Amino acid sequence: MLFINGLTILLLYQLMGEVTVRWLDIPVPGPVLAMIMLFVSLVIKGSTPSSLQSSANTILSHLSLLFIPAGVGIMAHFDRLQNEWLPISVAIILSTVITLIFSAAVMLTMNKLFNFSSDIPKKNSEGPPIKSLEQLQKELIENESDHG
Amino acid sequence: MAKENLTDIWVYLSASPLTGLTITLMAYSFAHRIYLASNSNPLLHPVLVSSTILISFLLATNTSYQDYFKGSQYIHFILGPATVALAIPMYQQISKIKKLWLPITVTMISGVSIAAISSILISRFLGASIETQMSLAPKSVTAPVAMGISEKIGGLPSLTAALVVITGILGAIMGTKILHLLKLKDHSIKGIAMGITAHGIGTARAFQVSSEMGAFSGLAMALATFTTAFILPYLVKWIAN
Repeated sequence: MLFINGLTILLLYQLMGEVTVRWLDIPVPGPVLAMIMLFVSLVIKGSTPSSLQSSANTILSHLSLLFIPAGVGIMAHFDRLQNEWLPISVAIILSTVITLIFSAAVMLTMNKLFNFSSDIPKKNSEGPPIKSLEQLQKELIENESDHG
Repeated sequence: MAKENLTDIWVYLSASPLTGLTITLMAYSFAHRIYLASNSNPLLHPVLVSSTILISFLLATNTSYQDYFKGSQYIHFILGPATVALAIPMYQQISKIKKLWLPITVTMISGVSIAAISSILISRFLGASIETQMSLAPKSVTAPVAMGISEKIGGLPSLTAALVVITGILGAIMGTKILHLLKLKDHSIKGIAMGITAHGIGTARAFQVSSEMGAFSGLAMALATFTTAFILPYLVKWIAN
């Protein structure tokens, strides 16, 4: 029952997200707005209900399964890939390298600017984050194919 | 008689949602096992392996994607609630978000913009069509959201799904090497860069390096997801002019 209750909450939020996006004509996908609404609700509530935790764990543990149907859809784009393989592959490779280096550089500069760098390692020695770190790692080890 | 029966059965199966649904689950379960056995080698990512199996099967049996999707749409549908559910792992990182909100916010906005702008401009420079440019733009965020964004800005969601997986795999393979070459020691910075660039596939790789890098990568992935969803539609309008 926990799983079903959690799923109902997720679907209710999605419904609110989809309706709001269409109503206010926001160019953001409905489920993304719903994700933010749920995040804000959790911050206000101060904890995650066990029903939500249960359904989220189940759904997110095999997230990669969910985009296989779309991934197979690439077969509808074989012509496009044949014609545009060069711009696509160059753009992906270069942009991945640029994004990686650029993000690391910005984060490093910001840390130095605000002197956060000495704070960061400390976070590991505090109580709650360690638990969540271990949990996260455990989840990832259990389901190596998380997210995507 | 028996042969006619078989044809009837095949006609039924190829039109029924049951087939698409079942073969998707079978392919995934097989691919997932291979992935675990390979110690999570990003080149054997389950989406890549199972999509290859399924495409070969559909081509061999001359089944159209539309017929396949009749069944697999039930799996596809769950992408919606799954996206909503991403709020929960993000909420678990709340204490880190509160402490590092300023550097993280600046890094998110600039990192996410550079990911989109560089892929649009490079592909445009090399002569890609506008649909391809738009499909490439959200390539660094997690697939369910990237597909939603792609659809909103005029890309092709299924092309985006494939590009997202390829980006994740590339980021996971090259990422740790590049970050090593940069001589970065701080695992939180490495994790943030990995999460922005290579979403969940990169995060899985980051966890193999250290739990700190993994946690920050997961955090960056979640934040980049909604930063991209908000920025990209406006960025695309601006870049088009």
